[in-house]
Amino acid sequence: MAVVYQRPKALVDIPTHYCPGCTHGIIHKLVAETIDELAIEGRTIGIAPVGCAVMAYDYFACDMVEAAHGRAPAIATGIKRSLPDSVVFTYQGDGDLAAIGTAETVHSATRGENITIIFVNNGIYGMTGGQMAPTTLPGMVTQTTPYGRDVSTAGFPVRVCEMLSTLSGVAYAERVAVNNVPNIRKAKAAIKKAFTCQIEKKGFSIVEILSTCPTNWGLTPLEALKWLEENMIPYYPLGVYADRTEKGVRGE
Amino acid sequence: MKNILLAGFGGQGVLFAGKIMATAGLFEDQYVSWLPSYGPEMRGGTANCSVCLSEEPIGSPLVLEPDVLVVMNLPSYDKFIDAVVPGGIAIIDSSLVNKRCERTDIKCFYVPATQLADEKGLKGLSNIILLGKTLRETQFAQSETVERAIEKCVPPRKQNLVQANLEAFRLGMSQQD
Amino acid sequence: MKQLASNEKVLMKGNEALAEAAIQAGCRHFFGYPITPQTEVAAYMAKRMPKIGGTYLQAESEVAAINMVYGAAAAGVRAMTSSSSPGISLKTEGISYLAGADLPALIVNVQRGSPGLGGIQPSQADYWQATKAPGHGDLHILVFAPSTIQEMVDMVFDAFELADTYRMPAMILADGMLGQMMEPISFPEKQVKQFDKFSWASCGHQGKRSHNVVNSLYLKPEQLEQMIQDRFQRYAEIQEKHTQWEEYLVEDADLVVVAYGATSRIVRSAINTARNQDYKVGMIRPKTLWPYPTKAIQQAAQHVKGFLSVEMSMGQMVDDVRLAVNGKVPVSFFGHTGGVVPTPAEVLAEIKKLLGGNQ
Repeated sequence: MAVVYQRPKALVDIPTHYCPGCTHGIIHKLVAETIDELAIEGRTIGIAPVGCAVMAYDYFACDMVEAAHGRAPAIATGIKRSLPDSVVFTYQGDGDLAAIGTAETVHSATRGENITIIFVNNGIYGMTGGQMAPTTLPGMVTQTTPYGRDVSTAGFPVRVCEMLSTLSGVAYAERVAVNNVPNIRKAKAAIKKAFTCQIEKKGFSIVEILSTCPTNWGLTPLEALKWLEENMIPYYPLGVYADRTEKGVRGE
Repeated sequence: MKNILLAGFGGQGVLFAGKIMATAGLFEDQYVSWLPSYGPEMRGGTANCSVCLSEEPIGSPLVLEPDVLVVMNLPSYDKFIDAVVPGGIAIIDSSLVNKRCERTDIKCFYVPATQLADEKGLKGLSNIILLGKTLRETQFAQSETVERAIEKCVPPRKQNLVQANLEAFRLGMSQQD
Repeated sequence: MKQLASNEKVLMKGNEALAEAAIQAGCRHFFGYPITPQTEVAAYMAKRMPKIGGTYLQAESEVAAINMVYGAAAAGVRAMTSSSSPGISLKTEGISYLAGADLPALIVNVQRGSPGLGGIQPSQADYWQATKAPGHGDLHILVFAPSTIQEMVDMVFDAFELADTYRMPAMILADGMLGQMMEPISFPEKQVKQFDKFSWASCGHQGKRSHNVVNSLYLKPEQLEQMIQDRFQRYAEIQEKHTQWEEYLVEDADLVVVAYGATSRIVRSAINTARNQDYKVGMIRPKTLWPYPTKAIQQAAQHVKGFLSVEMSMGQMVDDVRLAVNGKVPVSFFGHTGGVVPTPAEVLAEIKKLLGGNQ
């Protein structure tokens, strides 16, 4: 009988700790499929964040490094500069990447580091129990914005792809979502393009993935997918924000 | 054992003159140390450096009570002239320091180094003229060794300046009191 | 820039000599951020690394720099960073993670006056930080305290080798005086020991082993405790085998001065003068601050009448002297804070005051 679907080899065969309905599982699978298809597991090093995906180091079958909160892009830089032929990706959430690690994100991008960032944006701090993230939408209720995010005191959500797209070191920046099958397929294509961009040494690549957090949003998994579509996508439009993959950021 | 303090404005080359002294000491197998003052000003502020030349390992490299003081401006003169140990020596650029020392327990030598440098087409080398005078009065090393040290310390990209430095050094060496 | 031949004596600034020593010890990855008075380390690396196929990277912050070191160390290469006191505070996060993930790396602290911005002149006020709390958690790092530029060069080799042997961070704790001064040095003709790190580093498994994880997170308390206990066993071995100190005229001394780094040079000058005046004074000079030469001090406490700790701080190492002496004889302190360097005359006066009629 022909195999039509199986677990990617780059995912370790153990259960994950993610909540029911969480989209981290889908995103892990897309990254692992990409590693399989490009046949790069042996030279890939992943960096796990602090946040819900902290234990991603147990799930990916490539070598992994656990980072301090927000520091993954600096660690990725250290690894890539030491092993230029390796493939290095970080897997980070919104608090990790766009709050505590903003400097590391922006500067690894502007240096045009040949690394790939998988940025999971679900607008909330999941692991610590649902506090405001830099990407929490205006009016959105969280544990630390109990009356809804008030932009007059808490400021405005960060649009990461838009911001990074202005930097010359960014070869590829795309925002995707994993709320339905067509979008998941687009997300996969974006991830594969980002890894390919790195392998071809074109510069910094980031894929921002709009994701759900049913537990902390207080919704069922299905409601969460719908909420993502109706609230997240309008504020964070999907699409390609930077594509300098043809010539590469250094024009080589 | 000689504890030397060189002081002046940043940019006058006190650190460089000190480095030549230390290098000459090294060439003659003395124990040597060179310690600069460092501060937020890059140019124009006061700068000084401590040089120790010794037959013994050097304890504190910081010269607070110099045997030999080389001063290239008035603020440094005012600050350090009283610190010179009795029996010590002060070499003073008299073009920039318009005072005469009243101490009788030290020997002072007044060299119009900046003026001499300008007259002899050695602009910017008053520090090396004073270095020459310092050697004449203290014999901290052989003069050939100091000349070798000058050749060593002038950076490769400025090799064309070696001759001018040697000229300035010899001019300083020839200064009678 | 020409490659320096071994054994050739050259006059070099402490910061530059340290950088060259690191290169000769096989370090090809330097991540830094400018701060006075250590900037020449970075500048030297920026000049040399591109010519020898190494990495010099000016990070966006000290936080990023230490995490780049963490990444490079995780990938299995010799890596280092350098900074001065305020910058080291920013690196303490990364140092804790390095220790927690059992990663070797070299951190240089060319100390300046503190707290806060403090000043830029030499200081030894980071002793507590280096030896007691270089990061959060139950941990130690190797701390080397050179007193001459030559010793600083030699210690760079030792620091890298011990860091790799025990898989832990090492620090060179220097100060602005050692960083800025020049002395003649020669580089040791030393075969640099190679370490095979493939078995634990995250450098890509190449299909030859299962995946490695470089990590400091252990959510099960028993597992975390086990990890730390194992680490402390290694610490005990290091204390046993690698504590370094110098004893100077201790044998017949009535008073032993304890001093390290640049301050120990000043103390040595004072002791020489005191000995000429028949004061029986000696010095124990810790060369490693962790592990600390506790036993040497304990032994001296058997026969001396007192100890004096001299530091460029308000008195930090004196705590460790007191712990070692354990009340047996009096322990005094003399020091100045950052920038105000103690003079031999002041130390001599302190020695005379303490020895009084013991002459």
